[in-house]
Order: sequence, then C-alpha cells, then structure tokens
Amino acid sequence: MSSPTNLHLYILAAPLVAAFVLNLLGRLSRRWVMPLTLGPLVFSTAGSLMLLARVLKEGGFSYTVGNWTPPYGIELLVDPLSAMMLVLISGIALTATFSALPWVEREHPGSEHLFFTLYLILIAGLMGLVLTADAFNLYVLLEITSITTYGLIAMGKGRAPLASFNYIIMGSIGACFYLLGIGYLYILTGSLNMADMAAIIKTLPQGPALATAFAFAIVGLWVKMAFFPLHGWLPNAYSLAPTAAGLLFAPLMTKVTIYLMIRVILNVFTPEYVFYSHPLVQSGVVWAAAIAIVCASSLALGQRDLRRMLTYILIAEVGYMVGGFWLANSQGMTGAILHIFNDAVMTLCLFLAAAAIASRTGSLSFDNLKGLYRTMPVTMAAFTVGAFSIIGVPPTCGFFSKWYLLQGAVQAGQWGFLAALLFSSLVNAIMFFRIIELAYFTDDGEAHHGGHHHGDDHHAPVAEAPLPMLAPLVVTAAALLVIGLGTGPIVSAIRLTLPKFL
Amino acid sequence: MTCTPSILPLAAVLISMLGTIPIMLSDRRPNLRESWTLLIAVGKFLLVASMLPAVLAGGGFTFTLFEVIPGVPIALKVDPLGMFFALVASFLWICTSAYSIGYMRTLKEHAQTRYFASFALAISATIGVAFSANLLTMYLFYEVLSLSTYPLVTHEQNAEARRSGRKYLTYILGTSIGFALPAVIITYSVAGTLDFTAGGILAGKASPALLGLILCLFVAGFAKSGIMPFHGWLPAAMVAPTPVSSFLHGVAVVKVGVFSIVRVILDIFGPDLLRSLDYGTILSYFVCITILVASLVALTQDNLKRRLAYSTIGQLSYIVLGVALLTPSSMTGGVLHIAMHAFGKITLFLCAGAIYVASHKKYISQMDGLGRQMPITFGAFFLGALSIIGLPPLGGFISKWNLVIGAVEADQIPILVILLCSSLLNAAYFLPIIYRAFFAQPAAGVEPTIKEAPIFCLAPLCITALGSVALFFYPDVFLRLVKLAILN
Repeated sequence: MSSPTNLHLYILAAPLVAAFVLNLLGRLSRRWVMPLTLGPLVFSTAGSLMLLARVLKEGGFSYTVGNWTPPYGIELLVDPLSAMMLVLISGIALTATFSALPWVEREHPGSEHLFFTLYLILIAGLMGLVLTADAFNLYVLLEITSITTYGLIAMGKGRAPLASFNYIIMGSIGACFYLLGIGYLYILTGSLNMADMAAIIKTLPQGPALATAFAFAIVGLWVKMAFFPLHGWLPNAYSLAPTAAGLLFAPLMTKVTIYLMIRVILNVFTPEYVFYSHPLVQSGVVWAAAIAIVCASSLALGQRDLRRMLTYILIAEVGYMVGGFWLANSQGMTGAILHIFNDAVMTLCLFLAAAAIASRTGSLSFDNLKGLYRTMPVTMAAFTVGAFSIIGVPPTCGFFSKWYLLQGAVQAGQWGFLAALLFSSLVNAIMFFRIIELAYFTDDGEAHHGGHHHGDDHHAPVAEAPLPMLAPLVVTAAALLVIGLGTGPIVSAIRLTLPKFL
Repeated sequence: MTCTPSILPLAAVLISMLGTIPIMLSDRRPNLRESWTLLIAVGKFLLVASMLPAVLAGGGFTFTLFEVIPGVPIALKVDPLGMFFALVASFLWICTSAYSIGYMRTLKEHAQTRYFASFALAISATIGVAFSANLLTMYLFYEVLSLSTYPLVTHEQNAEARRSGRKYLTYILGTSIGFALPAVIITYSVAGTLDFTAGGILAGKASPALLGLILCLFVAGFAKSGIMPFHGWLPAAMVAPTPVSSFLHGVAVVKVGVFSIVRVILDIFGPDLLRSLDYGTILSYFVCITILVASLVALTQDNLKRRLAYSTIGQLSYIVLGVALLTPSSMTGGVLHIAMHAFGKITLFLCAGAIYVASHKKYISQMDGLGRQMPITFGAFFLGALSIIGLPPLGGFISKWNLVIGAVEADQIPILVILLCSSLLNAAYFLPIIYRAFFAQPAAGVEPTIKEAPIFCLAPLCITALGSVALFFYPDVFLRLVKLAILN
C-alpha cells in the first residue's frame, strides 16, 4: 500500500461545500450559479479519474473517517468498483449539468440557487453512497439523497407535488424496510460495519432472524430502485420532475441503488449466503426479474409520450440488472455491473435528447415528433445512437452488457430470463423505430415533392437546440460508442471486484 | 493459410463508411457528391482486388481492432471465401453506383444525399461481413447492414414505404435479435470461442440436440437469406428505388444472409460434424421447399420487381442447398452461385429499373412489344434470365451444373429432380416476359416515343450482362477461390 490519500473525500466534499456556498451567494447574484455548480463537478470528475487510475494501479484501500477505527468509526471503501462508480456519478452529473443550467433558468427563474443547492447535495449523497462501508451510514446517505430528490421533484409543474408525495410514501417505506433489516442485523451481530458484519454472519447459524434481516434490507432497496412491481412511484416522479432534475435522476438514481444492492449482497450477507444456501430464492428472483422486464417493456409500449416511455424503459432495465446479478455466475454479475455503467450513459443520452427536443417542441407527445429529423438533425442522430444502444445494436455499449447478461443466462440455464431479455430488445426496437419512423420518414403535414432536382430545398429550416443542450448530448452519444468498444478494459476492471471463487 | 496482419481489410471496409462524410457534406452539390460516390466505389474495388493475389497464393490478411470480449475481438480476416464475396459485391457496387446516378436523376428523386450515404454505409457493412474473422464481428456488420438499409426501403416516405420498412425491420431485426444473437451466445458458451476456423469449432462440444437447436437458430436468425417462412420482407422491400432492389436485394443484403449461413456451416459447425449428424440432408430438403414454392409464386406475379424478388428467394436457397449437401461439387456449386446469381439477378433488376425510367411501367402485362423500342435493355434481360435459368453460355450454368453433380454425388436423386423442375419453372416465369416484349403486339395506346434509358442506366446493365457471359468462359478466379475456401 502506498501513501494514503484523501482524494476521495475532496471529491465528495466539493459538491457538498459548494451547495452551501451557492445557497448563500446565489441569493446575492445569479452570476454565482454557473461557476459554483460546474466548478465542483469539474473538480470531482477530474479527481475521481485520478482516483480510479490510482486504484487500478495500486489496488483499493479502506479509509477510516477521523481515524476512528472500525467497527466503531465510519469506514469508507475505495475499491475499483466504487472508484468507477465515482467516475460515473461525477461524469454524468457534470454532463447533465450543462443542459440543466439553461433548463433551470427557463423553468425556475429566480430560484436557481435553491434548485442547485439540492442538486449538489444530491450528487454528494450519491457519491457518499458508493463509498461507504458502513451499513447504517448507508441508510443516512440514502435518506439524504431521497429527501433532496423529493424536494427537486416537488419543484416541477402541475401534478409534480403529488408525484413527489407519492414518492415520499414509497421511498420512506423502502428506507424503513432497509433500516429494519439493518436493525435485525445489528441485533444479531452487534456491528454496523459491513466487513465486520460479514465476518460475524459467517459464524452465525442460519435462522429466520437472518433471513428476515436480509428480506427487509433487499426489499427496501428494491422499492428504492423501482424493481417491478414496486415501481409505481417512478414514472410520474421522473416525468413530472423539472427537466433538469430528470436529467440527473434518470441515469443515476436507480443505478446507484442497484450498486447498493450489489454491495449489500457481496460485502454484508456474502454470496454464499444469498445465492448458494437458498437456490430457490435465487432462481425465484431471476424469474421475478424476467417478469419485471416483460411487464415494464409492455407498459412502455403503451406510452404516447417520449419521456414517459423512457421512464418505463428505465424500470425494465432495472430488471436486467437485478436478474443479471442474481444469476449468480461470473458472466451474469459482470453483465449486471457493466449494465450499470452502460445504462446510465444511454439513459443520459436519451434524456438529454428528450430535453433538447422539448426545448424546441415544448411537448414530447409522439404527435410532436413528426419530421424532426429535418429541423433537428444532430439531436435526432444522437437520439438514434442512444436508441440503438437501448435496443442493443453493436457496437454501441448496450449490446455488450446485454451480451454478458445473455451469456450468464445461458450458463445458468435460466431460459426464461434469456427470453425476457430478447423480448425486451425486440419491444425496444419497435418503440424506437416507431419514433424514428415519425421523425425521419413522416413529413410534418407536407407531402414530399419529387418534382425538384433537389427535393430537400423546401423544408422547414434547421432549428437545433441551443448549444449547451446539444454539446453534452453529442458527447454522450459518442461516449456510447467509445464505451462499447472499450468494453474489454472496463470488464477486466469490474472483474477485480467480483468474488474470487466465480 | 498464413495470415499477415495488414490494414488493408480495415481500409476496404471503412472507405465507404468514411465516405458518407464527404457525401453528406456535398449535399448541395450533386455532381461533387456523385463523384465521391464513384470514387469511393472504385477505390473500394481496388482495395479488395489488391488483396486478391495474396489470397490466391494461399495467404490472407488479418486486422484486430478491439478486444471487446475476452477471446472475441472485433477482428477482420481476409480468406478465400470472404475474398470471393467481397470481390463480387465491390465490383457490382461500381455498376450500381453509376446506375443509381442515372436512375435517381432521371426520376428526380428526393433525399438523394440520404440515399447515397445509406448506400455507402450498406456496402461497408457488406464487405465487413465478408471479411469478419469471427461471429461477433459478423453479427455487428450484419446489424449495421440491416439498419443502414432501412432508410433505403422507406425512401419513398409514403404509407406503403413505411409499412414495408416496418415489415423489413420486423423480419430482419426480429430474427437476428430473437434467433441469431442467442445462437451466437450459446455457441460461445459451449465452444469458448467464436473464431471462424476451417473445420468448425463445435465438434465434440455439445449434444446433437443442442447442435440441432443452434443450427435452427442460425438458419432462422439470418433471415436475410430469405428461406421460407422468413422471406416475407423481400417482396415488401421492392418498394425501394430499383438500384436498391438490384444491389441490396439482389446482391448485398440477401447474399449476406446466405453468406452468413455458409460461414456458419463451413467454419462454425464444419462439414464433418454436420455430415456425421446428417443435419445437412435435413437442411437441404428444408430449403428445397423454398426453391419450389418461391418459383411457383413467382409465376403468379405481374409486378416485374416482385417476380424478380420471388425468383431471388428461390435462387438463394440453391446456395444454401449446395452447401448443405456437403459434397465437394455441391459446395462448389452453391458458393459459386453467389457470384453467378449476383451477376444475373442484378442485370435483371437493372433492366427492370431501366424499363421504369424509360416508360414508367412496372407490370409485365404492360410490357407487350416494349422490346422493340428498348432492344438493348431487353437483350440484357434475356441474358440475365438465361443465366438464372442455368443455360450455357452463361455463368449460371456452371454453378447449376456443379449443383446437379453434387446432388448425384450425395446420392439424393429427389433433389436432382427438384433442381431440374426448378430450372423449368425459372424458364416458365422468365421466358414469357421476353416473348411478350419482342413478339407480342403492343397494346393500343402505347406511346411509340419510348426510348432506351439514359446511358448511365444502360451501360451498367450491359456490363453486368456481359459479365454473366464472361463468367461462363472465364470462371477461373472465382473457381480457384471457391476451391481454396472449401478445401480449407
């Protein structure tokens, strides 16, 4: 182990401190909003990239906050996976923020500082979640992210406060379940430190108490990640939230919660307990995930609004990752973790595209998407790349995580899950090609003229979204291809975190 | 075969993919745009041809791009089989590019930039499939081809075109995601590799039942091959502009489908494994259904392009049949038919397009007496038809002759009978067209002003028709490539 570093703490502290400064200075002048939002995120992104490089070179380490030794103090764990998650969170947040800034200016004039205060605290909370190695600390951070989310959703228009209230109820139930689970564990082990708990659980007889603890903790997290059929709160909350908030929630919230589920399984209960001593539960969850995928995809097919459709796709993707991880083999787990990253980036791409479209058309109902290819060619091209990634067309990254998931399903003999994944790909293809057909091949009320040497001359002029919305979209779309072609190194980094026996 | 690492295969694949950029940038300057198209087409052919001597000498080229999945990189390899297909496709692309220019300009089509850009992408993907070194890479290019062809099918942008586009995607994407992708993944799971290896990678790796399942998934998954019951997209796709139908639905897309199946049979399963399981015979009889039914349906079509489409469906299954019979002659005939049918069928489609450009006629029943006004076009049509029927002195004779010998070698007399019946059916649906064009009295009201199509349309179809003749007399290069591919 080389010299200790505090870098991960700075990464986390930057948005947190900036949030408070922004709250104060933002009242004085709007000029402060942009530098105080982008500044810390640029810092965090650069820092987490440095941290990842360091961890990949020198191995992970654990860190005791304030030098209080575990199991009493709070321990942070910086391993390859959490370092990668930090890069993901800061990178996505930074990209989304470029587009979020003009949106907040448009939707919440005068209260930008309030919005971005919550926004930055949420980002800091998410970073804390991926770092913590303490089960109770995890609960606290989960609540920090939830409460900021409730606030941000409630800032939306129309029925948004109701959607937020709905989410408060469901989110609180989820958090309580998780807390109850940890409570049981505390009674059993007398500890809250993950590694410590895992060591004690190994020595415990398996009984109903442990099973109850496990069930509460996992179901609590399932509610938080909107695992079908516990998803009821998500579509309204995410589609009615302010556009800028949706850009941050959609790519990150469900994915970070899935990461937490993976952490709790790997580092607290251990895979031996979760998967191998209860094979029926294990395969039952995979089947539940298969059903979740099929149902959520079918629900998505019924939507007539782009953003709502995307929220249901998000729920289906949660099924991919839950099912993939519970396949309990190396390929499936790799696929699930890889999909956390890929799905985050492709969801960001599609939500950025939706935001860019909405900036011109106002509404995202399908009727408004006709002929968009002529007026917004760049946006629609990027949207198409994102769509292909969700469908799983190579060489976009969505194909490769699906590849690992399918392979895991084949190895585990879970044909139902395999069929569900393929079904969902096909449904995605139908949904997105419906939109592509509208946007590319349906002229807006105007029959095509073939009588001209150059038939394109008489169409509506190009009216792209403003650059701050377009640039992050194009970058994200390009990232989908780069990440797809870089699957090899990403997977070898993910494999560092997986249990050795796989 | 000794392979040398080289950037040539990558250049051959990418030249037209990168070519879409200047094509799109010269949106407002059609002459410049079409110059790019022709330049890229010729460049691509030269790149492919430059690798031919080494391949004929028993060598090859490889290029590895990215190691995406452990043991399965995205990699290119030039071997005799891929070379054979790439040579045919890249040569015919030059003809089609020139023809496209004449066709699209004469008809004053809209969205020509999108058209030429999608076309360039499609040919890139086609060469990519030809030069793929493993199943993953092939699947990648296969999907790129599916998606890049979609804008060409829906080109007209009317309700019918959109409906056909949906049908096209449903069949092609539905089968490739639903069947081919799981087949690839199961193959990887049992074999641990996806590299195309002479003699196959699956021998001794899985039970006969699982192997049968994989074979079924592959045959169903590559629906571009038009094997019934997954053929419905091809007649529907005829709504596309004729150069698209001629090149993509006569050569590139459909041949990519059969090429993929041939690859899987030769280099994933291996002839020995299939022979030992006797799955080849079952597959042969299965595709015989397509051969006969497609020919019978073709007889009933009055729309010329649809008749050609059903003819294509039938002829594609010849290729699969030949390879599935697994004898040296039948495999030679089957693979050769990729080239022979390509030259013949592209001629026929280009003629159909030329007729449409000159006279706006789509239906055979309207073409009475037209041959006297368009003798060159119908002359070329005659040659193309003879090649498809399989008569000397045209290229189609060589492949069908080998197929017939192969059926005898395999001791499958019923297949021999089916092959002969099918040839008669081919004659039955082609010769009346020519008879009507030259000898029937024109219907009243036919404008006598119809002339041959412009030179940009006429020259390519003459070249491909003469190419069909030349292939009868000089099939040497292709035969050597096929022999190398099969002897491997």
